[in-house]
Amino acid sequence: MNDILLITGMFAATFPVRYILFALAGRFNFPATVSDALAYVPPAVLTAIIVPAVLMPSGETDASLQNPYLSGALIAIGVSWLSRNLLLTIIVGMTSFLLLKHLVF
Amino acid sequence: MSKQDLPDNLSPSAEEIRQEFLNGARNTIPLIVGAIPFGIIFGTLSVTNGLSPWTAMAMSLFVFAGSAQFIAVGLLAVGSSPAIVILTTFIVNLRHLLYSASLVPYVNRLSQRWRALLAFGLTDESYAVVANRYFNRPDSPASHWFFLGSVVAMWGNWQLCTLIGISLGKLIPDMSNWGLDFAMSVTFIGMVVPYIRNNPMLAAVVVSGIVAWLGYPLPHKLGLMLAALSGVAAGLLCARYCPANSNEPASDEVAP
Repeated sequence: MNDILLITGMFAATFPVRYILFALAGRFNFPATVSDALAYVPPAVLTAIIVPAVLMPSGETDASLQNPYLSGALIAIGVSWLSRNLLLTIIVGMTSFLLLKHLVF
Repeated sequence: MSKQDLPDNLSPSAEEIRQEFLNGARNTIPLIVGAIPFGIIFGTLSVTNGLSPWTAMAMSLFVFAGSAQFIAVGLLAVGSSPAIVILTTFIVNLRHLLYSASLVPYVNRLSQRWRALLAFGLTDESYAVVANRYFNRPDSPASHWFFLGSVVAMWGNWQLCTLIGISLGKLIPDMSNWGLDFAMSVTFIGMVVPYIRNNPMLAAVVVSGIVAWLGYPLPHKLGLMLAALSGVAAGLLCARYCPANSNEPASDEVAP
């Protein structure tokens, strides 16, 4: 039941956003500030999820490189920065993390 | 304004329709390749993070919004309420307003049923392909079939990849102990880093990261919303006030 509510809610938070301007005829010019602000939304939200996940994987802050989540994340940032390749970032980041977690620490 | 504005003699032939549809699907292939790991990881993560396979599949079928789906799984995994998930989904999807705004002139002549169908499939990927076609090639009476071709290809692939990911997650139930929760972090890192091309974007990411860390103890994952809003505000302020080439020092600790 909760799941049906969740899917319905997520649908209601997705489809109307995509449809509303198609549904209304005419051209739209957003205030510049609004369109500027929207550009920051995806990276800001994603970062807000990443940082606690890698910096405090067990709920407590662990800012040491012995924390495989943090060191794996730093490696992934490096790979992504240099390659701009998502697939490569996922493969190298995940492999480094698994090696660090299961073999090194 | 309505479909009546399109004269009957401009009705596309079956061959034109077929060509536009296939071209739409074909031009979407490179973006599909990029979406494959996302779809599989989404399916795997959702079932290893406690979502039922049906919920994960329904999300892909009916919501069809990659980044919002990932964020939803992430939020649910850390115990957020559905209300927070839905609100976050809404905020994450707001960028689609910009996409649809730029395509309005091209869908104006279509029936509401067509507009609704195309809007449902207005993902980042299809937007990129469809906007490129509308902006760079002459419009045709069958161009909405190009849009539909792109949407069908993206949607079909997303379902298939979700299904594969769910099966992998179910077949290997132990997977959740492998540390695969890191897959989501690493995927998000690969998505965020390419955004950081200028100081305002860097400011948005750094401020969001710091606030997310400090605000972590807040209930209902409110720290996350606070962090996202602070990040957006920081980006806007920096865009207005940062000197163009200043080197904003980034905190090493929270630098994704």
